[in-house]
Amino acid sequence: MIPAQFDYVAPTSVADAVAALAEHGDEAKVLAGGQSLLPILRMRLNAPGVVIDLGRIPELQGVTEDGDHLVIGAMTTYAAVLASEAVSAHAALLNKAIATVADPQIRHRGTVGGALVHADPAGDVGAPALALGAELVIAGSGGSTRTVAAEDFFEDLFTTAVGEGELLTQIRIPKHTGWGAHYEKFVRVSHQWSIVGVAATVRSEGGSIAEARVGLTNMGSTPLRARAVEEALVGKQATDEAVRSAVASVAEGTNPPSDLNGDADYRKHLATVLTRRAVLAAAGA
Amino acid sequence: MTITEDREAQAPDAPAGEVGKARRRKEDQRLITGRTRWTDNIQLPGMLHLAMVRSPFAHATISSIDAAEAKGAPGVIGVFTGEDLKDIQGVNITAWPVSPDQKTPDHLPVAVSHVAHAGEIVAVVVARSAAEARDAAELVDVDYDELPAVLDLKEAAKDEVLAHPDLGTNKSATWQLDSAGQGSGGDVDEAIAKARDGGIVIEREYRQQRLIPAFMEPRSTVVDPTGEQVTMWSATQIPHVLRFCIAATTGLPESKIRVIAPDVGGGFGGKLQTTPEEFATLAVARKLGKPCKFTETRSETMVSGHHGRDQWQKLTLSAEKDGTVTGLKVELMADLGAYAAIVGGGVPVLGAWMFNSIYKFGAYQFNTTNYYTNKTWVDAYRGAGRPEATYAIERLMDELAVEVGVDPLEIREKNWIKHEEFPFTTVAGMTYDSGNYEAATAKARELFGYDELRAEQKRRRESNDPVQLGLGVSTFTEMCGLAPSRILGALSYGAGGWESASIRMLATGTVEVVTGTSPHGQGHETAWSQIVADRLGVPFENVEVLHGDTQIAPKGMDSYGSRSLVVGGEAVLRAADKVIEKAKPIAAHLLEASVDDVEFKAGTFGVKGTDKGVTISEVALATWTGHNLPDGTEPSIDADATFDPDNFSFPHGTHLCAMEVDTETGATKMRKYVCVDDIGTIINPLIVEGQVHGGLVQGIAQALWEGAEYDDQGTLVTGSFVDYTLPTAADTISFVTDHTTSPSTYNTLGTKGVGEAGTIASTPAVVNAIVDAVRHLGVNDIVMPCTPERVWKAIQAGAAVTTEGERDAAPHFDEGAPNQDPASGASEGSDQ
Repeated sequence: MIPAQFDYVAPTSVADAVAALAEHGDEAKVLAGGQSLLPILRMRLNAPGVVIDLGRIPELQGVTEDGDHLVIGAMTTYAAVLASEAVSAHAALLNKAIATVADPQIRHRGTVGGALVHADPAGDVGAPALALGAELVIAGSGGSTRTVAAEDFFEDLFTTAVGEGELLTQIRIPKHTGWGAHYEKFVRVSHQWSIVGVAATVRSEGGSIAEARVGLTNMGSTPLRARAVEEALVGKQATDEAVRSAVASVAEGTNPPSDLNGDADYRKHLATVLTRRAVLAAAGA
Repeated sequence: MTITEDREAQAPDAPAGEVGKARRRKEDQRLITGRTRWTDNIQLPGMLHLAMVRSPFAHATISSIDAAEAKGAPGVIGVFTGEDLKDIQGVNITAWPVSPDQKTPDHLPVAVSHVAHAGEIVAVVVARSAAEARDAAELVDVDYDELPAVLDLKEAAKDEVLAHPDLGTNKSATWQLDSAGQGSGGDVDEAIAKARDGGIVIEREYRQQRLIPAFMEPRSTVVDPTGEQVTMWSATQIPHVLRFCIAATTGLPESKIRVIAPDVGGGFGGKLQTTPEEFATLAVARKLGKPCKFTETRSETMVSGHHGRDQWQKLTLSAEKDGTVTGLKVELMADLGAYAAIVGGGVPVLGAWMFNSIYKFGAYQFNTTNYYTNKTWVDAYRGAGRPEATYAIERLMDELAVEVGVDPLEIREKNWIKHEEFPFTTVAGMTYDSGNYEAATAKARELFGYDELRAEQKRRRESNDPVQLGLGVSTFTEMCGLAPSRILGALSYGAGGWESASIRMLATGTVEVVTGTSPHGQGHETAWSQIVADRLGVPFENVEVLHGDTQIAPKGMDSYGSRSLVVGGEAVLRAADKVIEKAKPIAAHLLEASVDDVEFKAGTFGVKGTDKGVTISEVALATWTGHNLPDGTEPSIDADATFDPDNFSFPHGTHLCAMEVDTETGATKMRKYVCVDDIGTIINPLIVEGQVHGGLVQGIAQALWEGAEYDDQGTLVTGSFVDYTLPTAADTISFVTDHTTSPSTYNTLGTKGVGEAGTIASTPAVVNAIVDAVRHLGVNDIVMPCTPERVWKAIQAGAAVTTEGERDAAPHFDEGAPNQDPASGASEGSDQ
């Protein structure tokens, strides 16, 4: 497992990183936590000429609060997000989803931003980011930044709105204080990528569901948001029967993969069962 | 499980002697801290590094290889093709041609003109660093002419596409054991015919999926040609066998070859092989006259290291109406992959004596037909032949219980050998010396809370709970301690099954034990020290165990088949007894007593009726100085022993498993696992517990998680641990393990072997539990691994069958039967 030779650059500011990207163009790959990139390099599935390591840029680290938003630096590790009380209080869904990622070693290395930009549809961060209406802050050349809604961020398999020469710097999440949350991840072994995952967060009022947000993992080439289900849940009692009927159509229009873990039809069935369970758990039922 | 010093001290019935003491393993500090010599840690002056160029095609001829660019790459010393090495590279041989007319394709370490599976080596790149070798390997340009590949075992049997066109067939060999023919029982076809008229006939076809041994340390080889001698370090289970095979096929004299297995990080049968990589490294090192190293990547292990299992099992069991078994007919198809490996076609044959298991069948027949396909070769994997057999019979006994309408434990008890019937010669002709199935089952049943779990199962069924509960039984036995040499000879195996040991009494009173077994993680150094410390009455700490180097331990048959303790441990013990015998006259001389009056006890030679004595350490010193020995006595009390067993040993046990099945998703969850194993006398309970736990997880993994899958081009889809889903501790529960003890009568200590027991027993216990959980939904089989998708689809298919009659009418052995294609996963459940 020896990668092909590459040059290594470790900028210490976003400006320097963007400059390095501009300098090396197509030749460069960005290294965040390395949990996907390093295996790819070691198996020689990719052989970039330059690796730009973002690990020494302090401004990309940590969780802060900005009014009614949480701001998570793109290089914040899963473990750091899990340890953040602000995330638990205001974006419980993200906490629950990240708690299921792989194993402790990977959670201490892997980063939230790295996972979002890698955009593996089986990854566990995309669905909660979508469900929570996250905004992604992207830095470009000359100190420019732009903000993209999560719904516009995921374009295809392993493809996001982050363009050539750009870097994801922040994930801004509207606070969902007091919302119940649950991430229902279906795997065969604990360290596996999701076969299907459902991220649900719910605001309850007097025993019924006032608002709901539902994101789906690995049900298509990108994470998906189940808006029809969200709408159908509004005003429903958090009972098995009511939720079952509200989520029955969650898999409609999805295009999940078929592989050794299950074919597309089985995944659609799973999505229906798991969504019911996730919503009920998020509603505290 | 927490292992602490306390545990060692507080063992409730800690024995006075060493045998039976839960000692922590003396080798673990160096193994765990890495302060040791794994093969890849070895660095020799001027050592070169190898990278392999491997075929991406499952089946092809090599039309040309252009290595010019690679040869010019930085640091590259040379690039060698099969053509370059063909005169010296030797061949990877099979030790077990199971029939005189077995077809065996030549397996060249580096292919010369034809590749028969993806991952086969076609060229070797040598460079100053491993990175340079890897870089240059990318530059070797190989032209292939692709040939049609045969990948499916049942397709191979049709001989339409040939894995080796030169052989003219995919069939390697057939082998039969027939109880009527050999006089150990009746005619199985008669028994089945009789049962068809008023009795019970159960016909099933089960799949043993292909598995990939996942030892922790990837394989690695270092070869140092020095003058006439060649030293090879290799991460192998079989240094002695490897040395023999090198001598037998390369022309190097055996006396000039030194093979060292330094500390080896696991094997599970996966390092019971002589590998193309070892032979290629040897050939290149000899060619260049320089030390060379090759260490594989995990991806290479997956395609090049041998795989395990891969059989179809067609089974017919006959019984009387009351469930008394009368006959068992076994027809196997075994996939050898592209080549006959070292045990090769013998792996399915090792199951021949075990399908009848602990039950008193009147008639029995075992048949296997072995085939070649264009996939990675298949060989021994923990249990080798016996897990397959145990799975089949234990699944069948559950089906029989259903047919008769009794509890699965009851049908087993009705048919098993009673404890007072031992020794018992089975319908397969094997004599079981000892066992007590009643005792193990009673203990397991109690620890499990069998009746309460059955009651819970009933409640869940009645309330139509989405989560159903199933109980699985496996009352297994196995034959281990390979093997009596005469039996191996009768089976045309190419070597004996004895084991060798030497004991060297050093002047300062410490003891060196040399064993021909070759540990790769089991803890032999600790267990052998316990045996010798007890036998010679010396402190445990004073015993050093030497192994794994043909220059230090020149004779041995190595470690596999749960043989090390029952065969190798016995050799150690017998060598110790010879030491005592040799020391006795010297002790008598020193004590000025008659030999007849001297007795040896707890390390001291004493004179009967007196308090005079001399310790064995004092005798060792006196022997070393040689100043005062009896006339004509050789100044040595060192001793060698070679032990060839008269029979196998037969561990057994009762394993009970409770599985929850989420009927909405097909997900399964282990609720409880209890095993009571009878492995005879236990030398070290802590090591045994580790072997049982690890063995259980490997067997459970076959039931639930593991399976090698190829695409239709012959590419291994499960080529990394992303797709080959190995479990971790997070996926398992805490097991309840216990023991009953019926000592083996074939060795002095009464030991039976435990290395494979957990793996052999656990797979059917788990699948039986899953099927039991959903049988009322119309399911009677689920193909392994029982993925949630397969379980869910089986439930859907079962529910779609509306009447018993309809289910019964479904043909079982037909081509289109639902369990024929595990990949389709369509309706594995409704195949009765």
